[in-house]
Amino acid sequence: MSAQSTERVLRDSVLPAGVSVLRGPLGTSVRVRRRSVAVVVLLLVLLVAMATVGMTTGDLAVPPVDVVRALLGTADPGTAFVVTELRAPRVVTALLVGAALGAAGAVFQGLTGNPLGSPDVIGFTSGAAAGGVVAVLHGSGQQWQVSGAAVAGGLLTAAAVYALSVRGGVLQPFRLVLVGLGTGYAVYALNAALISRANVLDALTAERWTVGSTSQATWSQLQLLAVGLVVLTPLLAALSRPLTAMEVGDDTSRALGVRLGRARLLLALVGVLLAALAVGVAGPIAFVALVAPQVTRRLTRAPGPGLLAAAFGGAALLLLSDLIASRFPDPLPVGLVTGAVGGLYLVYLLVSLGRRR
Amino acid sequence: MTTAPSDPPPPPASRSARLRVDGVRLGYADRVIVDALTLDIPDGEFTVVVGPNACGKSTLLRALARLLVPQAGAVLLDGEALHRQPAKAVARQLGLLPQSPTAPDAITVADLVGRGRYPHQSLLRQWSAADERAVRAAMEATGVASLASAPVDELSGGQRQRAWIAMALAQETPVLLLDEPTTYLDIAHQVEVLDLCARLRREGRTVVAVLHDLNLACRYGTHLIAMSGGRLVAQGKPTDVVTAELVEEVYGLACRVVPDPETGTPLVVPRAPVL
Repeated sequence: MSAQSTERVLRDSVLPAGVSVLRGPLGTSVRVRRRSVAVVVLLLVLLVAMATVGMTTGDLAVPPVDVVRALLGTADPGTAFVVTELRAPRVVTALLVGAALGAAGAVFQGLTGNPLGSPDVIGFTSGAAAGGVVAVLHGSGQQWQVSGAAVAGGLLTAAAVYALSVRGGVLQPFRLVLVGLGTGYAVYALNAALISRANVLDALTAERWTVGSTSQATWSQLQLLAVGLVVLTPLLAALSRPLTAMEVGDDTSRALGVRLGRARLLLALVGVLLAALAVGVAGPIAFVALVAPQVTRRLTRAPGPGLLAAAFGGAALLLLSDLIASRFPDPLPVGLVTGAVGGLYLVYLLVSLGRRR
Repeated sequence: MTTAPSDPPPPPASRSARLRVDGVRLGYADRVIVDALTLDIPDGEFTVVVGPNACGKSTLLRALARLLVPQAGAVLLDGEALHRQPAKAVARQLGLLPQSPTAPDAITVADLVGRGRYPHQSLLRQWSAADERAVRAAMEATGVASLASAPVDELSGGQRQRAWIAMALAQETPVLLLDEPTTYLDIAHQVEVLDLCARLRREGRTVVAVLHDLNLACRYGTHLIAMSGGRLVAQGKPTDVVTAELVEEVYGLACRVVPDPETGTPLVVPRAPVL
């Protein structure tokens, strides 16, 4: 061993391979994984390409030049309406909802250390949808009310699942997954029951709250989600450090100075808010929160949660699904597309998890 | 000399101790494991905590590491209760190697060791020259520098344990706490890890380890704490405190204590059963 310990390793840095440090003024420094940056850039290119397809194609073909004109307000009224009131809200909805769901999924998968610990698997999106259903059926139907009710429903469900998953003052992540699965189905049944009692018109509106759809997207629906993303993103950036530190286990991370209880609570709160705000806009779109972080993690090969990559992945996944759903001969709600794709992925995940055990 | 339960041995004569245990009661929910325990962790020593299973030695270490808040009394660091000090400030003073640490999938040695720098970093200060120096020094001190880019889950047991110790070393704390660092290792790797701990002490750190093997504890420890049933039974230099009577009292084992032919430290040899 003495021979080994005196051995000098000639390397420029002891940083893990593939990690660079960006240095700024006042001794600031930020670590970046080059592969993660490449993945985010790639996803960004894909997003621009898909957004272009989303804006230019459809029942009415609009050349890219006219799209730009419409956005600048110099196109003819007909084209302007199609671009700024029909297509742009839908594309932006898919982007923001997908990003929020992807980030929320990465947060909860990191917290529970389990891919199945996603807000759409453990009932939080169903809970948010229940809030939305109640607001649509019994409220004024205004967007702020619907979004607020969705957030309340998500937080209530999360609090209930969380409380049932604590044993001896300690959160049991695997218990959380099981309790959440059951709760999710119970709340889903509740949603269906509420809708089945409603009149036909309300039931049609509320249908969005069982599958999830972006087809009725409007700018006003997006306001609360946009504000939420602006407020929560810096918070999430600060919390990604303790989230990464938690990967070495409870005891070690606490010994490293992570305030585990507080960090977990804040992360869970931010995660639920993101998921619930997304549901408040587009309903409980299935499996984006589950799949996006898993796919981007395989692409980045990062050991960490990769919140930014997951958000971009979620946006790309939902936009792609939305393009597929809307370009069908008989358009489908996007939730059916993500449900079908995500369901297959869930089967694959369960099989590969089972094999590893 | 058997020590009466109500009469714990006096602490060693006025040695400096930054870390002190002051009348703590430790336990989980309504189950008390350690009660009214008072002792000092002498600075610059290799303190070894021994005792039978469930005697409270790991519970004591968890309290020393601020993982367990005492139900009564306090663990003091520099005279102030540990659980009232900020987590990050404590993490710059006390490093911990838990009993069975879990590494994330496919993490490399360099990445793992680098994570020991957490209490020295912040959102806008993620990698300084000091981080670089500390991680390099920690990997060299533990002999894992040549394994820097190897995945932790592909290492041998001894290598893996050294990588984890390197992570705690990168934390650059004056005190290092290790919970059964040799469990699950074969004898060669046990000696390797304890040699490393002894060297770290010689280089100026205060080292505290919970150990199962009494003979290795006597050989490597410069200060020994023997516990039984949540109580302190004996403390001091192993040569002074480890006697056949003590082993009988603590473990209920009939034995002889002879000098270790290699080091002269106490060697516990169980009596052969009379057939």
